[in-house]
Amino acid sequence: MAKLFAVTILVIAILSAIPIIRNTWHPMEDISTHGQAIDDQLSDTMWEAGISFLSSQILLAWFIWRYSGDRPGEKSKTFPGGAKGLVAAAIVLVGVEVFALGIFGVKAWAAIYFTPPGADALPVQVQAGQFAFYFRYPGPDGTFGPIHPNQISEANANFFGLDTTNDQDSKDDIVTAEMAIPVNREIRLLMHAKDVSHSFYVPALRIHQDFVPGLDLQLHFTATKVGRYEIVCSQLCGLGHYNMKAYLSVLSQQDYDDWLKKQQALQ
Amino acid sequence: MHDTSAQAAAHHGPPTSFIRKHIFSLDHKVIGKQYYGLGLVAVFIGMVLSWIMRIHLGWTNYAIPGLHLLSKTGAPGDVMTPEYYLQVMTMHATFMVFFVLTVAPFAAFGNFFIPIHTGAEDMPFPHFNMMSFWTTFVAFCVMILSFFVGDGPTLGGWTQYAPLSALGSVAGPGQGSGVIIWATSIAIFCVGQLLGALNFIPNILDLRCKGMSLWRLPLPTWAWFITSCMGLTSFSVLMPAVILLILDHVAGTSFFVASNLVLNDQLQPHSGGSTLLWQHLFWFFGHPEVYIAIVPGMGIVSHVLITNMRKPMLSHRVMVYSMGALAVLSYMVYGHHMFVSGMNPLSSLLFSFPTLLITIPSTIIVLIWIGSLYGAKIRINSASLFALGFISLFITGGISGFFLAQPSIQILLHATYFVVAHFHFTMAIAAIFGIFSGTYFWFPKMWGRMMNDTLGKIHFWLSFIGVYAIFMPMHYLGLAGNVRRYQAFVVDYMQPLVGVHQFITIAALFTGAVQLIFIYNFIHSRFWGEPAPDNPWQGTSLEWSIPSPPPPDNFGGRHVVVYHDPYQYGVQSSTGDYVMQDSPEKVNTINEEP
Repeated sequence: MAKLFAVTILVIAILSAIPIIRNTWHPMEDISTHGQAIDDQLSDTMWEAGISFLSSQILLAWFIWRYSGDRPGEKSKTFPGGAKGLVAAAIVLVGVEVFALGIFGVKAWAAIYFTPPGADALPVQVQAGQFAFYFRYPGPDGTFGPIHPNQISEANANFFGLDTTNDQDSKDDIVTAEMAIPVNREIRLLMHAKDVSHSFYVPALRIHQDFVPGLDLQLHFTATKVGRYEIVCSQLCGLGHYNMKAYLSVLSQQDYDDWLKKQQALQ
Repeated sequence: MHDTSAQAAAHHGPPTSFIRKHIFSLDHKVIGKQYYGLGLVAVFIGMVLSWIMRIHLGWTNYAIPGLHLLSKTGAPGDVMTPEYYLQVMTMHATFMVFFVLTVAPFAAFGNFFIPIHTGAEDMPFPHFNMMSFWTTFVAFCVMILSFFVGDGPTLGGWTQYAPLSALGSVAGPGQGSGVIIWATSIAIFCVGQLLGALNFIPNILDLRCKGMSLWRLPLPTWAWFITSCMGLTSFSVLMPAVILLILDHVAGTSFFVASNLVLNDQLQPHSGGSTLLWQHLFWFFGHPEVYIAIVPGMGIVSHVLITNMRKPMLSHRVMVYSMGALAVLSYMVYGHHMFVSGMNPLSSLLFSFPTLLITIPSTIIVLIWIGSLYGAKIRINSASLFALGFISLFITGGISGFFLAQPSIQILLHATYFVVAHFHFTMAIAAIFGIFSGTYFWFPKMWGRMMNDTLGKIHFWLSFIGVYAIFMPMHYLGLAGNVRRYQAFVVDYMQPLVGVHQFITIAALFTGAVQLIFIYNFIHSRFWGEPAPDNPWQGTSLEWSIPSPPPPDNFGGRHVVVYHDPYQYGVQSSTGDYVMQDSPEKVNTINEEP
């Protein structure tokens, strides 16, 4: 029975590794300038995790195979080097490697969070509320009008609570239900939560950030490939959470300008 | 070593009335069994809830016969609504984390075996101990109540992130009375666990019998000691947090709700609270809680393996230090749940390094287990199979932690099924394998009868394959960006993944059904099993030197004296290849550590 168990562990370990080796399920293609660093980090970690996973499961299976049952005439033995050797192995093999990964990973994180956006980054505001994203573009004046929470009204389609009668800056703001951005242009994303916590998760863009009610956050990124992608909410926000999504269109500059004009006309 | 205190713990004589004997018992062994029973009921509820969830995830519009009986509004025509899915999910996690994974490995086995392992006649405060169980039982009943009050249980997940949890019914079904009931139940639960920890710690420190130095305590008792310390410091943070949450509902406070929030076009009457404060308080409890679930399993599995390997671990002390290191580090790593929460991104990096550091004690523990198997003569039985299975599952779950410890990788994997796979392999399934291992091992001592080993082995084989079939594919779903806590997959890129979910559902139904073998074996053996000898596994620690089941005062009035380390195997003594801890027989104890 022990031998069968050892083989079972081995078979499970190999079967588990096959979809990873064959890349059957994988993160979607990266369309950001910063994403390569994340993907490299994931790939390095996958190598280390894969080797650790297979080697430790194989070792476990081997020892179960080899050292099960009463074997008359054979004396119990102690692992060569005892605990000290294994503690050293844990620190050297795993500790140092994992720590090195962590240190290299700082670079990928810093590229997103510790570098400020360029001065000419295009500002777009996203507001998350149960259970939809809305986007706002500042219009020709380049300035967002203030949000008046008491004027927010889904019923009147005033999603951001804008006072276009009294606030000069709000008059040319463009509000949309879909996000469009020009390709190869840095975007400065201003994140505002209307009600509860939500998240802005765009796997293709390698962007994932929660909205914090009461705290507006900023992100910046550049998309490098024209196409239509999905923005989903990953922070449980209520009964419609699973259906909280929006499309992100990455357009050529010309198409983006046309789209923006069209949206302006619709306001 | 306080032999006088040990005798002083004989506060109560054998119970005479039915109520004192079986219901409001002061006997730590009865209380341990009561906790075990509560854990069994809760795990059954949690498992059925997971079946309902899995069926819905595989076939969203499938009518589950009879589901409307649980909730007419939640399952009209037996098909779950989106909100009811979230309510069921929240309750699955709540029952499993609190009433199974905290109760069974820690409170149930800990209660039964700590006084026996220390050579005491009972816990230092038996009335507190009794209160500990009954308080937990009340918490359980209150949690059950939420299914039947108002618009059902809360849908906010076991993490209850504010402000969703703090705004009241305007935030959704179950967010009014459901949250208040949830938070009340958890507050009561915290009291129960604190009372438990306040018994465990002084028992281990003060009620050890003569000769029982701390290093002579068996590994599970060390694990329960470390877990008690974690429980004491983490439940005492969760309790005020949930009380503040209740106040946000009933007293007009705004601890966790910021200003200017708008729901249903209504400006909410809250101001000045902090969204992230709840997350910090919750995870300061939540991460140690993960170790509260798994560390007792580590101790139990070590104990079972040692007995079945017929030799001690490579180093008793390294095991203890490593479990202690896990406990200390568990308070410094909680921020890895919040990498993308909106806290300062520098904090994410600072929390990342202790998280990576925690792989070292975890790896040491695994390598000590594997290294100890080397050269052993492993007996294969239900208990040892589950213990070996635990190691395999813990390796798998631990290694996915490499990914989640890194903020940059969490950009891809946070809140996806990769996380679901990771925590189920470690704190859920591995911990449950630890409980099974402990059950098959200690059942003869606890109930005085043997379990059926053949049924136990069948239970193991089908469970081991089953849990890998359920949880391994979740890693792949996470890599493909499949977000968790969704009741259906309407996002374009997730639709191709539904087939994987259907596979997981079938595996979950199968693995759940397999647990009926255990239930049958448990009940049948409890009443009709072969009577157990005092020491069926030829163990060395003190529980094996007393009758099965033990008398009310554990040692029958005997003043126990301990002469050896807990695991003296591979020696030549009059009893065979082992010598009992309380045997004065002098043997060549080569395994004694200085």
